[in-house]
Amino acid sequence: MSLSADELRELDAVLPHYPDRRAAAATAMRVVQRRRRWLSDEALADLGAYLGMSVEELDGLATFANMLFRRPVGRHIVLVCDSFACWSLGYAELREAIQTQLGVGLGETTADGRFTFLPIVCLGACDRGPAMMVDADLHGPVAPSEVGAILEAYA
Amino acid sequence: MSPIDTTGWERPLTKAMRPDGQAAFLDDYVAAGGYEGLACALRELEPAAVTRVVSDSGLRGRGGAGYSTGRKWSTMPLGADAPRPKYVVCNGDEMEPGSFKDRFLLSRNPHLVLEGIMIAGFAVQADAGYVFLRAQYDYPLACVERAIAEAYERGYLGADIQGSGFSFDIYLHESIGRYICGEASAMLNALESRRPNPRARPPHMTGAGLYSRPTVVNNVETFAAVPSIVRNGADWWKNLSVTGEGGTKIYGVAGRVTRPGCVELPVGTSMRELIEVHAGGMQPDYELRAVSPGGASTAFVTAADIDVAMDFGSMQKAGSRLGTGTLVVLDDRTCPVGMTLNLLQFFAQESCGWCTPCREGLQWSLALLRDIEQGRGRPEDLDLLQEHIWMMGSDKTFCDLAPGAMQPLEAALRLFRDDFVRHIEEGRCPYAPDEAPDGAPYGAPYAPTEAAPAP
Repeated sequence: MSLSADELRELDAVLPHYPDRRAAAATAMRVVQRRRRWLSDEALADLGAYLGMSVEELDGLATFANMLFRRPVGRHIVLVCDSFACWSLGYAELREAIQTQLGVGLGETTADGRFTFLPIVCLGACDRGPAMMVDADLHGPVAPSEVGAILEAYA
Repeated sequence: MSPIDTTGWERPLTKAMRPDGQAAFLDDYVAAGGYEGLACALRELEPAAVTRVVSDSGLRGRGGAGYSTGRKWSTMPLGADAPRPKYVVCNGDEMEPGSFKDRFLLSRNPHLVLEGIMIAGFAVQADAGYVFLRAQYDYPLACVERAIAEAYERGYLGADIQGSGFSFDIYLHESIGRYICGEASAMLNALESRRPNPRARPPHMTGAGLYSRPTVVNNVETFAAVPSIVRNGADWWKNLSVTGEGGTKIYGVAGRVTRPGCVELPVGTSMRELIEVHAGGMQPDYELRAVSPGGASTAFVTAADIDVAMDFGSMQKAGSRLGTGTLVVLDDRTCPVGMTLNLLQFFAQESCGWCTPCREGLQWSLALLRDIEQGRGRPEDLDLLQEHIWMMGSDKTFCDLAPGAMQPLEAALRLFRDDFVRHIEEGRCPYAPDEAPDGAPYGAPYAPTEAAPAP
């Protein structure tokens, strides 16, 4: 597998934002992950060839970041905020409700590949705690009883 | 208490915001006087004069450190011999727990932040600016992206802005994550796609920053303050505050209050006014016990300090820091040891691992705290924690992450000592229900989980 025409078009569009190719590596990994959901070894090799970087250099960056995935993830990413504000407003009950609904714990993906459930540091939505995100959507405050209906909307 | 009468007070940071909560884009922004600060700078002022107005206003960094914005800008090299290109970086990482003001500004008033970046760019004669936002700010990212596109369309960005001869570009950069990216020098590494460890200083970033070029890094809210200062002058800004530090700022209240949220108020507004008037007081059946005044790295202050003014000097005198000015209340039914454990869990997880005291010390403090919260603590653990606070104090670590983590811990040991002792003596968390519904051991539902490995 190599970079698709769409990926190349998007990558070529962001390159001018950076003075050289290797400086664009973080953004380039995001671009490819958005299309492929996670970064396989092949994806890093493709990007390495495009950016003039080794797979190891890219992997060093990818494994440091919390929002680049080096293992397959589900179609939707569910994040539960574990900041001290949300914690004091019912984080434990919310986490429990999501876990029960999905049948998987933090760091796991549902068997049908629909959801990956991850912890996240403060979502900057303390005034809406306890908060969670599904993909790009912020939800909060979320009562445990509302979790089912929220997740239902993501096929 | 009687609230301060704010009728007729100016609110330069929120003036252009729409009452319906939607983002104010270009037409709304211009209708509310937007881009007049930029026009004023380009038409009437020399770059150095812009920096002078900002210096005179007394504006201090809103990201938490409170460094003089004008002083920072004035160390950028100007003139024909200055190294090029020069950069302006807007820090919108906002990942410190308990900070939620930049999201508010970026998603309600994105052009204000952009205008501030442009004016900073003109003042230091920079070539380009980067807006660095965290990945989970999908909505703010979309707002800023649209605002940048609008600014290019109307000639506020690009070549020869408004016929002034000044050219400037702004690029949006979405972070790949981790709290340490919010540390200004680590942010520059992140922007260069290097591993985001903080950098050694000197050299200062204004001498050798992004790609080793002169770079000024400021917080979102700091940039948001700039347009009105340039438009209305330093004295106008100074007169906005209730105490001597000048200006307004975005304050916030979260926790068990009636109306959590963000509000623009004069600098120096008291915690009491924020909590009792603007946040509607505590929720029924909850009493205010303590406050985290401005993010996870600020020391708790107790309800006895509620009349302290929220400005840099007053908060420091009260034994804490203003930080981001978004406060999280600790109520009387929430375990202060559990809350401190949650904070330490965050800092230990987010240590970049570069220096030993932080990488190792935070893990040890976390283990001690977890033992205490879960009923396995020993009396000598409190002394051990105190020793960790010393070992991770200022100047003993590479950056401010670990010293920041020690501030709430130190305050918790000082202010909630009885709670720590009770946990140890009773061998359980006294705030936990006698038996958890699922039969879990004492305290278990109150403890943060272990961090799950990233996929």
